[in-house]
Amino acid sequence: MRPGTILGALLAGLAVLAAAVSFLWTPYDVTQMAIADKLMPPNAGHWLGTDHFGRDILSMIMVGARVSIAVALVAVGIGMGLGVPLGLIAAARRGSWLEETIMRGNDLIFAFPSLVIAILITAIFGPSAVNAIIAIGIFNIPVFARVTRGGALPLWTLDYIRAAEVSGKGAALISLQYILPNIANLLIVQGTIQFSLGILAEAGLSYVGLGAQPPTPSWGRMLAEAQTMVTLAPHVAIIPGLCILLTVLGLNLLGDGLRDALDPRLKVMR
Amino acid sequence: MLRYSFRRILSLGLSLLVASAVIFSVVELVPGDPASFMLGTGAQPETIAALREQMGLDQPLPLRYANWLGALLQGDFGQSFTYKAPISELIGDRLQVSLALAVLALLLAVAIALPVGVYAAARRGQAGDAAVMGGTQLGIALPNFWFAMLLVLLFAVKLRWLPAGGFPGWSDPLAGLKALILPAVALALPQAAILARVLRSALIETQGQDYIRTARAKGLSAGQVLRRHALRNALIPVLTIMGMQFSFLLAGAIIIENVFYLPGLGRLIFQAINQRDLIVVQSAVLVLVAAVITVTFIVDLAYALVDPRLRRR
Repeated sequence: MRPGTILGALLAGLAVLAAAVSFLWTPYDVTQMAIADKLMPPNAGHWLGTDHFGRDILSMIMVGARVSIAVALVAVGIGMGLGVPLGLIAAARRGSWLEETIMRGNDLIFAFPSLVIAILITAIFGPSAVNAIIAIGIFNIPVFARVTRGGALPLWTLDYIRAAEVSGKGAALISLQYILPNIANLLIVQGTIQFSLGILAEAGLSYVGLGAQPPTPSWGRMLAEAQTMVTLAPHVAIIPGLCILLTVLGLNLLGDGLRDALDPRLKVMR
Repeated sequence: MLRYSFRRILSLGLSLLVASAVIFSVVELVPGDPASFMLGTGAQPETIAALREQMGLDQPLPLRYANWLGALLQGDFGQSFTYKAPISELIGDRLQVSLALAVLALLLAVAIALPVGVYAAARRGQAGDAAVMGGTQLGIALPNFWFAMLLVLLFAVKLRWLPAGGFPGWSDPLAGLKALILPAVALALPQAAILARVLRSALIETQGQDYIRTARAKGLSAGQVLRRHALRNALIPVLTIMGMQFSFLLAGAIIIENVFYLPGLGRLIFQAINQRDLIVVQSAVLVLVAAVITVTFIVDLAYALVDPRLRRR
């Protein structure tokens, strides 16, 4: 394995670990304010310092990781759950009006500026983590539909799929039994990429106040709150941003590594 | 080419039509009555009734959509009830900032990506390439609004070279440009990272082609081949990505505009959402989406013009 892949796995793993541990234990209670201790730089008592309410930043980062990961994960789930079947149908019914409709629908969703629509959705239905998930998830659907169709189309011309057709298996069964397992690696790689994009999108939405609502900490909102204090205590702004950067970087490196590991042909091209 | 263009224009028109219908109906999904949603809970019944009439809410939905679309086609975007101004004027004003910001950011991204991508491709597999690729990974993972905050901290607060936010207008072009530099850099860097990677792999892909070998065989140096032959062919995928990036920059600036308090189209949409001015939201989102669809269309056409093989699809 390349060192980049290992680094990526470590960084992404660290974020997941922080989120998992936060369910059982955080150094401090994230809702507990201690104004006397406000804006403390990192020290022995508070490893990452405190914010403007004296809350422990490490604890907030840990719980915030939970929100980021949950939002991105469910959004990928929505994209895969709807996009993969659509892509499989489009490939199985290639050349038909059904494929045309699915693919044009895809193009249409792609044409919408995702962030603007996400902001529109969360604004109309109220800001919350759930609405952020839906908004991000919708834009994952065409991505997975396209990757699935692109991966499935060449498979349909192969002899063993022809053989399955001749033996009387229907398009649905062939898609599930033969096509899906063969494009699983593509989907895993795309899933990692969309997962990291989801974390960035969630951070952006909660930065403008349209993600998880207080008192639940989220990385994006920590940044928004830090914006006015950045000159007094730079660590309040630097730490959450660094967490987003490192998590996304980790996932991207992991995605690249997985792609190379799952598709040996790409190694030659590099 | 003519047939291809005709087909593409037809699909452009269809996309725009469907997009307008989607935007119109999304706003219709507002819980309860749009007029009372816009005016809030404290509004007088007479005020709500007046707005209902102005918005034509007593008419059936398809008729309202047709009227809205008809007015849009004549350049009438309606009246904003929070700004008390024609929406076309509002959008026009804001576009002066958003368009300039998007163009500046794209120029910056290209200016960074071009030399970096060529450098990495030329030193493929060496330390310089590895460093560039590592750097671009960082650039892609960078949340641009956070990067913007760091830029403000360094260049506006510490060094005091550039303004931390706001926009003085174009009456003094230099001051206007200065206000857009930091936001443009924040937007451009992640895009430059993507662009550099695309350029690098496109350049590397051309290396195996016959015409490259021919050019080398006739005595050109590796650098000359890269500049004269490889770069030209590698630019096709780069142009496609640039088209996508331009629309992203136009629409995706919404958060950056908020960081720098820039009066752009994204911030207009964001403020209109907060003020529940649905008429402004509808029109401004439609303008953005139409811009994105049109840019994609132009890129597709340009692509087909450059590469005749694509016209047959």
